[in-house]
Amino acid sequence: MTTAKHRSGLPIVLQGRDLACRRGPALLFSGLDFEVSGGELLCVRGPNGCGKTTLLRCVTGLTRLDRGTILWHGESALRDPERMRAGTAYAGHLPGLKDDLTADENLEFALRLRGAGATAARRREALAAVGLEKRQRIPARRLSAGQRRRIGLARLFLDPAQLWVLDEPLTALDDAGQALFLDLLDRHLANGGLALAATHHRLAPPSGVVRELRLG
Amino acid sequence: MTEASALRARAAPAKAAEGSFSGGFAWAMARDLRIAWRHPDEAVLTVAFFALVASLFPLGIGAEPQLLARIGPGVIWVGALLAAFLALPNIFASDYIDGSLEQMTLSPHPAIGWASGKIAAHWIVSGVPLTLLSPLIGLQYGLTPDTLVVQALSLALGTPVLSLLGGACAALALGARGGGMLLALLALPLFVPILIFGAGAAEAQATGMTPMPHLSILLAALIAATVGLPFAVGTAVRIAVD
Repeated sequence: MTTAKHRSGLPIVLQGRDLACRRGPALLFSGLDFEVSGGELLCVRGPNGCGKTTLLRCVTGLTRLDRGTILWHGESALRDPERMRAGTAYAGHLPGLKDDLTADENLEFALRLRGAGATAARRREALAAVGLEKRQRIPARRLSAGQRRRIGLARLFLDPAQLWVLDEPLTALDDAGQALFLDLLDRHLANGGLALAATHHRLAPPSGVVRELRLG
Repeated sequence: MTEASALRARAAPAKAAEGSFSGGFAWAMARDLRIAWRHPDEAVLTVAFFALVASLFPLGIGAEPQLLARIGPGVIWVGALLAAFLALPNIFASDYIDGSLEQMTLSPHPAIGWASGKIAAHWIVSGVPLTLLSPLIGLQYGLTPDTLVVQALSLALGTPVLSLLGGACAALALGARGGGMLLALLALPLFVPILIFGAGAAEAQATGMTPMPHLSILLAALIAATVGLPFAVGTAVRIAVD
């Protein structure tokens, strides 16, 4: 096993080597390399349709790569997918919330699915932190788009994953919600976590290193 | 910014996530049963459909006791099969649309765990009520008590196989246009052997033979399906979310 060092001196946690993916006839990217170590945020940028979402899905393993390997702690993600999945939290375009369940139940089941249970008190605390204190018992179908996104923030708050893969994380969030997200991200990076985000906004968490990956 | 300062006060949880078969199974079952509990109309409709279809036959054929007792087991089985089929599309479709399936695919729990759990929940919501109701329906056909028991037994063994087969077909049909029709074309032919041996068990009992061979074959089918099909479901879901 190789424990490659990043130029910042920290060990590399996530690495993509010679990645290529085509969707139908279109070649989205090829020969793509990147590496991210703890405390770093890698922002994937580019025009609409350049393959940002596809790249994120390839990193998580949802979409199959046509070529190349993803290395998680120096080991191919294909060889031990469970290990990488346990350390990765994915927040995509689809919220993964059930309309019939309350905010608290959605959070509970989302965390149990991640193999990380949280006590009712911890969940209440997380929901309060994202401003859903009075909405805990309301079915998700009656929450606004922004409030539903905030359930996702509460999930990130309690998820022990080291890597966050975020697709347009600021969508539908108001100013306070965006500040809240940045604060969460900042805390995550300060704790040695890393994040991969596709966004058109400029993310500038105070701690942590922000780097860019341009597509298209 | 009080909310943000509340966040900063917490340290990150240190425990690493871990997955297991039982964790995924319990998770999927608890979740789907809770959702079904919130919306009992679906389970009620399945049972009502079964009762209605099975009650239409005596009305259409006429009240001739011998004929009814002769066709009873088969009609009850066809009714149960169609009712179980009606509930199928919902196993995975809504989870596919709202992104829950993506999260399941990415969870550290193995796919075979949550796939089994979802199918088990589906069976509890559709197959169990059908099985429990079948003796009551059988009375309409003048089946003897022995036959009613064998009928219920064959449904208890057969309906979980229907849920497993149907679940695998529903996962395969995910994302396809006209998924409902495709599901019918995929699933109904696969249900045929289960129907033959299920209805055959009660019929054998009614004609004075032993139903054991039929029941044994149903049990064998149940074991084979329990072992093999959740794996197929996991693979089909992985392809669907790609």
